[in-house]
Amino acid sequence: MINSSLKQLAAALAAKKVSAVELATLFLDRIEKFNPALNAFITTDHGKTLAQARMADETLGKVGAGDAAISPLCGIPLAHKDIFCTKGWRTTCGSKMLANFVSPYDAHVVEQLASAGMVTLGKLNMDEFAMGSSNETSYFGPVKNPWDVSCVPGGSSGGSAAAIAARLTPAATGTDTGGSIRQPAALCGLTGLKPTYGAVSRYGMIAFASSLDQGGPMAKSAEDCALLLNAMAGFDPRDSTSLERPREDYSRDLAKPLAGLKIGLPKEFFGDGMDADVRTAVDAALAEYRKLGAVTVEVSLPNSGLSVPAYYVIAPAEASSNLSRFDGVRYGYRAPEYADLAEMYSRSRAQGFGAEVKRRILIGTYVLSHGYYDAYYLQAQKIRRLIAADFVAAFRQCDVIMGPTSPSVAFAFGAKSADPVQMYLADIYTISTNLAGLPGMSLPCGFGNNAMPVGLQIIGNWFGEAKMLNVAHQYQQATDWHAQMPAIAPAAPAK
Amino acid sequence: MPLNLEDVARIALLSRIELSAAERETTRDQLNGILGFIEQLQAVDTTGIEPMAHAVDVVQRLRPDVVTEADRRADFQAVAPETEAGLYLVPQVLE
Repeated sequence: MINSSLKQLAAALAAKKVSAVELATLFLDRIEKFNPALNAFITTDHGKTLAQARMADETLGKVGAGDAAISPLCGIPLAHKDIFCTKGWRTTCGSKMLANFVSPYDAHVVEQLASAGMVTLGKLNMDEFAMGSSNETSYFGPVKNPWDVSCVPGGSSGGSAAAIAARLTPAATGTDTGGSIRQPAALCGLTGLKPTYGAVSRYGMIAFASSLDQGGPMAKSAEDCALLLNAMAGFDPRDSTSLERPREDYSRDLAKPLAGLKIGLPKEFFGDGMDADVRTAVDAALAEYRKLGAVTVEVSLPNSGLSVPAYYVIAPAEASSNLSRFDGVRYGYRAPEYADLAEMYSRSRAQGFGAEVKRRILIGTYVLSHGYYDAYYLQAQKIRRLIAADFVAAFRQCDVIMGPTSPSVAFAFGAKSADPVQMYLADIYTISTNLAGLPGMSLPCGFGNNAMPVGLQIIGNWFGEAKMLNVAHQYQQATDWHAQMPAIAPAAPAK
Repeated sequence: MPLNLEDVARIALLSRIELSAAERETTRDQLNGILGFIEQLQAVDTTGIEPMAHAVDVVQRLRPDVVTEADRRADFQAVAPETEAGLYLVPQVLE
């Protein structure tokens, strides 16, 4: 059951081979047993989970499972990245600032998945305010990679990735501002998808960099991601950047053969930056695609080398503005001692935010400040347009773009945490997609050094999610990298 | 030009983040490291390029000017550090 696809779980529920309560209990038991060693979950609440599961069982019993009127996701458990507000549950965003924040409302994504009948197993650990690529910035401690607990799971959706890899949940939500779904999916051997900007509502998703943030699904396969995205995407008037487009079935093209597919390989992604073990796995995946009938063409994204520095102007600038709401007045942490209002603000923020979040607020404040705005912020926005234009040109020559998701497999704890710039470069292949607003995904394509998973990145054209999922699914029909699971052990009992 | 300790103090003030003297020194070094990295943007010729503020080219939607939300003051204030009589309490601002 723990290795089943969402479709198989739905079939088991429909055939009454298992109930939603039994499924939820199975995963809650696994969380209890394995989470202490992994630290993937920040919050669980068995009472709430089982109440949701009973409701799902009621729906399944009443309408008759398999009925077209109910979602194929009804009764299937999932867990939410702790950046999504969940009514009545603690929503911490991985920060001391929100360590005791119980959300008074649900995010749009949470509402949508709940109305489909999915059962929430809990809230997942993450880098503080989604700022990090290793899950080492969480106030609640780092998440361990289930493939090797001495390695990072990636970030910022590291809890989501570790929980799925260890089969503590069949699926999870994530968010991706510069690679935060794709990079941890790669490092933990999963499939994760960042949709086109505006496809998934940001309502109730705690804001980091609003012009880049996008929620998306993480699961074991492309087919699972398609089903989840069907429920997550859709217009929401409460997010001013939510796109008014007709609903689509993201699984509609899964079965299409790939003969004639044109895969663009950006020469800038295949240079010196990538480790040899990653290159070997990515090259083997491309060979498999050629066997499936695809052709590869070289394309160029000449400005992609500027994506990381441009991102580290734009994202901190937006973060400094978004995070100004945390002032110790309406919600969140307030310092215990202060002389006046100004000190209450500056001390609450100094004590409530961790080091990386403070660094980004300071950088963002600086690049937006008088005298520096044009040189940094405006210049970065102009370069952002150059980066987006590169993709427009490349997509004239191909249907999808492929390359590595991450330049290396999962690295050891502490390997990059002393030097912020080294950590930022972990997202060198993923950031340009966010700047352009394109959809991207990562899927497992083999193992590299120390038998750690390698991710293949697929970048789609704007609104090309169904095509990307088709391309990923066909590969997963021909290979079984996505079905591999780490051997995990419960934490040793405390002496 | 790299940031000095006074620059860091000014940015921290604008950011409303208290920094101790020792923190100011490490922060200066780290911020200078990051600024050194983003400095490469300056070398790019962007004459005539329109800045891109958003990923998708859409205009802001308008909606009718009517109340759409219920009054949930009690729910929202339940998560505040300090409230009284439906108001948020902060240290005295006016003498």
